[in-house]
Order: sequence, then C-alpha cells, then structure tokens
Amino acid sequence: MARIDPDNRGLRLTVRYTVLTLIAIIFVFPLIFMVMSSLKPDHQLLTDTSSLRAFLPVGDISVNNYFDAFKRAPVAMFVFNSVLVTGVTVLLSLLVCSLTAFSFVFLRWRGRDLVLAIILATLIVPFETIAIPLLLLSSKLPWIGLHGLTWGWLNSYRVQIVPFIADGLTIFLFVQYFKDLPGELIEAARVEGASWGQIYRRVVMPLSGPVLATAAILKFLAMYNQYLWPLMVVQEEGYRPVMVGLQYFFQLNPAWGEIMAYLSLITIPVLTFYLFLQRAFIASIASTGVKG
Amino acid sequence: MKHALLTSGALMAALAWGGAAAAQTDLTMWYHGAGNEVESKIVHQIIDDFNASQSDWKVSLQSFPQAAYNDSVTAAALAGNLPDILDMDGPNMPNWAWAGYIQPLNIDQSKIANFLPGTKGIYDGKLYSIGLWDAAIALYTRQSTLDMLGLRTPTLDHPWSKDEFMAALKAAKDSGKFDYAFDPGMAWTGEWYPYAFSPFLQSFGGDIVDRSTYMTAEGALNGPDAIAFGEWWQSLFKDGYASANQDPADRDSGFINGKYAFSWNGNWAAVPAMEKVKDLVFLPAPDFGHGPKIGAASWQFGVSATSAHPDGAAAFIQFALQDKYLAAFSDGIGLIPATTTAAAMTKNYAPGGSLAVFFDYSAQEAMVRPVTPGYVVESKVFEKAVTDIANGADVTDTLDAAVDEINADIEKNNGYQKQ
Repeated sequence: MARIDPDNRGLRLTVRYTVLTLIAIIFVFPLIFMVMSSLKPDHQLLTDTSSLRAFLPVGDISVNNYFDAFKRAPVAMFVFNSVLVTGVTVLLSLLVCSLTAFSFVFLRWRGRDLVLAIILATLIVPFETIAIPLLLLSSKLPWIGLHGLTWGWLNSYRVQIVPFIADGLTIFLFVQYFKDLPGELIEAARVEGASWGQIYRRVVMPLSGPVLATAAILKFLAMYNQYLWPLMVVQEEGYRPVMVGLQYFFQLNPAWGEIMAYLSLITIPVLTFYLFLQRAFIASIASTGVKG
Repeated sequence: MKHALLTSGALMAALAWGGAAAAQTDLTMWYHGAGNEVESKIVHQIIDDFNASQSDWKVSLQSFPQAAYNDSVTAAALAGNLPDILDMDGPNMPNWAWAGYIQPLNIDQSKIANFLPGTKGIYDGKLYSIGLWDAAIALYTRQSTLDMLGLRTPTLDHPWSKDEFMAALKAAKDSGKFDYAFDPGMAWTGEWYPYAFSPFLQSFGGDIVDRSTYMTAEGALNGPDAIAFGEWWQSLFKDGYASANQDPADRDSGFINGKYAFSWNGNWAAVPAMEKVKDLVFLPAPDFGHGPKIGAASWQFGVSATSAHPDGAAAFIQFALQDKYLAAFSDGIGLIPATTTAAAMTKNYAPGGSLAVFFDYSAQEAMVRPVTPGYVVESKVFEKAVTDIANGADVTDTLDAAVDEINADIEKNNGYQKQ
C-alpha cells in the first residue's frame, strides 16, 4: 500500500492537470486567436481560420493592423472614455450600493423589507425596457456647469455614469455579504460607542474586500461593454466609448485584421483589472456562493 | 479717463467679436461615414469649401459609424436632438419623413434634373432627400469562365433569360470546377437581402408590397409570380447551385479564389475584385420575365424636421451637388456618380471606363425599393421569408405568412397615413 499511494496521487494529479489544461486551452484559445489574427493581413487571416494556423504567429506577420486601427479611429480616446466612465461608475457604485446595503442589513427602519424587495424586483427588468423613458428623462435634466444652468444631459460623461451608479444586483451582493458578517462585531462596536458611520468605515468595509472585488469586477464588465445606452445618448465623438468605437471597423468590407487589433487593445484594461482583483474575486465566490 | 478708454475698448472688441460670430450661423450635420478615412476626407472638403464660399452659414460635422447610425438618429429624434442636416439610407427616407424626422428639401429642382432616378428621395410627391451617388449590382464572372462554358455574353439590350441563366448555372455546376455555381451573397444578412434579392422577385412580376396603394402585400408577395420566384429561389439551393449558409469569408473572397462561377455583387466591390481577377466582367441582371431589375437608392442628404435653419441646410446640400464632389466620391470610394457629367470626370465611370456598365445598369435597370414608411418592417419580413425558403420552407405558406405579417403591420400603423 505504501508504494501504491504515491502512484495514485501522481495519477490523480496528472488527470487533474490534464483536465484543467484542456479547460484553460478552451478559454484561452479565443484570446490567442484574437491576438494572432491581429498580426495578419486580412486575406491570410480569413484563409487561416480553416486550420490550426489561426492560432499560430505564422505567415505574413506584422503590427500594421494596429497602426491602421489608430488611423481609422481615435482608439486612445475611446479607451480613455470607457476607462473614465467605467472607473468613476464602479467607485461611486461601490460607495452608494454598500451604504444602501448597510442600511438594509444593520439599521432598523419602517418599510425596509418592502423597499429591499422592490429593489431586488428591478433585477428582472431588462434595461431595454427602460431605455427610452430614461433617454427622455436624461434629455431634459438640468445641470449647472461652466456654462451656467443648462438643460439636457446628452453628450456628456455624466449621462453615461449616473444612471448606473445604483443597481439591484450590486446592492443584493452587498446585502448577502453583510448578512454573513458576525453580528457580535457590530454589537461590540455599538457598545464601545461607535457611530453607524464609524461602523461602516472602520468595521464593515475593512472586512468586505471579497464582495468589493466581486461587485467591482461585475460592474466593470457591464460598464465597459456598454453599447446601447451610449449609442442613444452620445452623438459627439469625443464622448464615445470603446464598444461604439468598434463599429468604426465594420465598413462594407470589414477590416478583420484591424478589428482584431482593436479588440486586443480594448481587452487590455479588462484583463488588467481582472488580474488585479482576481484573488479577492475568487475568495468572494468561494465565500458567498455567487457564480459570475 | 484711462478706465473709460479701457472700458470702451473692451466693449468695441466684444462687439466686433460678437459681430463676427453672428456673421455665420452654425449648422450641424450628421454623417454615417465614421471609420472611412477617404469618405470623411471628402465630406470635410465639401464642408470647408461651403463654409469658405459664403458668410451666412457654418456647417460642423459629426460622423457616426454606419452600423450605429440609424439607432443614433432614432434616439436623437426621440430626445429632440436632431441636427440640421443628416444623411439617410434611401429606403429609410419615407419612414423618417412619415415619422417627422425630416422635412421636404427645398432646393432648385433644375439642379437635379439630370440625376440618376435612384438618387432622388421622393415621398408623397415631395423631394425629401438627394444622393450624390447611387449603387448598382451586377453578375460578376470571368470572361474565361464564359468561354470555358461556351456561354453567350449577355448585354443590357439582350440580357440572359431565366432559361439562359439557369443553363449557365447548370453548365458551371456540371463542369465540376467550382464549389458552387452561384454566390448570391447569403452571408450578407440585413438590408442586402431586400436590396439584392427583391429585384429578382420584381423581375418575376411580384413585389414586396402592392405599390399602387402600399396598403397590402396581398397578391404582390404571394401571387402566382411571387410563388414562381419563391420556387426558383428555393431550387437554387435545393439543386446545389448555391449555398444557403455561406461563410462570411467566402462572401469576401470566394469568387476571387475561384469557388464560385458567378457572384451577385455591388459596384463597391468591383475595384478590389478587378485587382485580383484580370478578366473580370460585370453582366446585367437576368430577365425573369418582366425585365432585368436591380435595386436603387443609396445614402442621401436631407434636412431634419426640427432644423431652425432649413434654408441654410438646403443651401449646403445644393452646394454639395456639384459634379466635382460627385466625382470625388466616385473616385474615392467607387460609387456611381449621380450625373453623366460627373461620371465623365471619373476614372472608372467615364465612357469606356472599367465600371461604366454600372452607370448604365443603374440608369436602365434600377428600381427603388417600396417607397413607403412600412418598408422598414417589410424589408425584414422579406429577409426572413427568403431565408426560410432558401432553407427549404414551403414557398406558398412562407409567402402567405409574410403577407399576413406585412398587412398586420400596415393595419397596426393605420395604413401609415400622414401623422
């Protein structure tokens, strides 16, 4: 038996790593295809799709598609706009939604459960159904800025940010997480004379790393992939995000190499953000049972 | 005294600045060509020339990617945020006029008397839009293919009949040299289907909708002629002449690579194809009984209904109709210039030019898509019907269902009467 166990362990590890490698390949291959295709001219790219060459840096390889992509569209500006809108929305969303959830979980007030139920009910309402009323509302809202009082929020960053700061899913994530925090901690803090604000800042938030990461990543992806809403509310090129910018490459004869180069470029912020937060994200999934 | 001088100086400077600013009234313009460097350059050139040519108006441009353009305009119309000048795809014009997005275009009619018919956006008897170019479709093939298969070269005066066309496809198939004899362009879903395939239906004698009233599709889309079209269309796929499920890559390069003997394609694809296929020829549409037909109407300019300065917007559009700009667009992006005089200034469409036949096809075979606000729905119903038929659905049932759907839409919108 003593000689068999290590063998079994080795076999188990081999099978496990083989399966994991295969799964990793399935998820990574589309990214490899995207990056490899971005280095090839269109005619070769289309020909290679029928073979494994599609995943290899072979043939006429160059970075011309990247230069051409920058010539065709203001790529850097689109990425900047998306990162700005997404970043600000994520930060404000984490603050507002965590405060809301804090109120639902730790404070006692009349109608709390009903309001929470209404907020959770919004999860089943697709954005498309409220897009037009939201557009009409946004086009008539007041704003005080450098030009004084103006009406209408169209063609701005705020119209891409404000409607998405608070959402049912993020509040739900925080509520679920806060409910699992040890109640003794909160009670101890109250006994020590801490205010609710102090409890939020000094007790609850320092313990909320995993849910902050989860909420941030989910919000980041949703915001970074925004297409319909910016299409409706932004007519000026200077405010367009990356997904609307992608359409610049779909001419009558799509420039596939440039499309792949553009996609490779706009994927960088997403990958960076995910890699930065992945450990906390996985910890959060393990602790809350939420699957992304 | 010094203070008074300074004050009066500042006042004069402000007045002078204000006078200069007021000299040219701002006009906004939206265009669908973002991402197309050549197209953008020409549009900017026209705007710069117009702004410099007079002191009343100053046009500023906002470009949109084509795939996002219609949705952006619709959203802006809802929000009351349309520009003064906008362009639109020809078949959408009646819907936008009916929905109150655009107003009649008040330009000197003598300036467009010699324009190709497909470039004039006329709805309800009024001109709403005008195009600087049109597009046309032809049957692409190689002269060597015609010679190898022993086929007569059809001409505009003597196009192939249905029997000749089918005999050509059969000969190509029987030769065994091609994956498929015919490439209709099935991978190009969307507006390509009604634009490219409804002319076949019209050549059979049917139509998407009854154009005498625009109130029903009954008889037009499911009458004997339409059913004959549907059966012919289905036979293309059932008999192996064409593939109903085409890879987009094959649409882009299949004909060039020799996979297809004949390809149904537009003039915009001609220049790159000519570079790779030296004996490329562009044949006119076959005549299925009611004359050879191709689609017409491309992008056109119009004035929004909410423009506070329709006279300025119209002045810009009229300015853009000069032959030199028509020719510049043609040379730049391969489109058919709207006039013969502009065509003569171009490299490809001048008499004897390599693409001159497209001008003739556009002038003699072109038929605009149904000029009705309901077209935006009818086009999608037609697309679904021809897709289903190509995939083997029962022809009569499919066309009857399409008619029901179109008629229900017309009824639901109260016959698309003027709002």
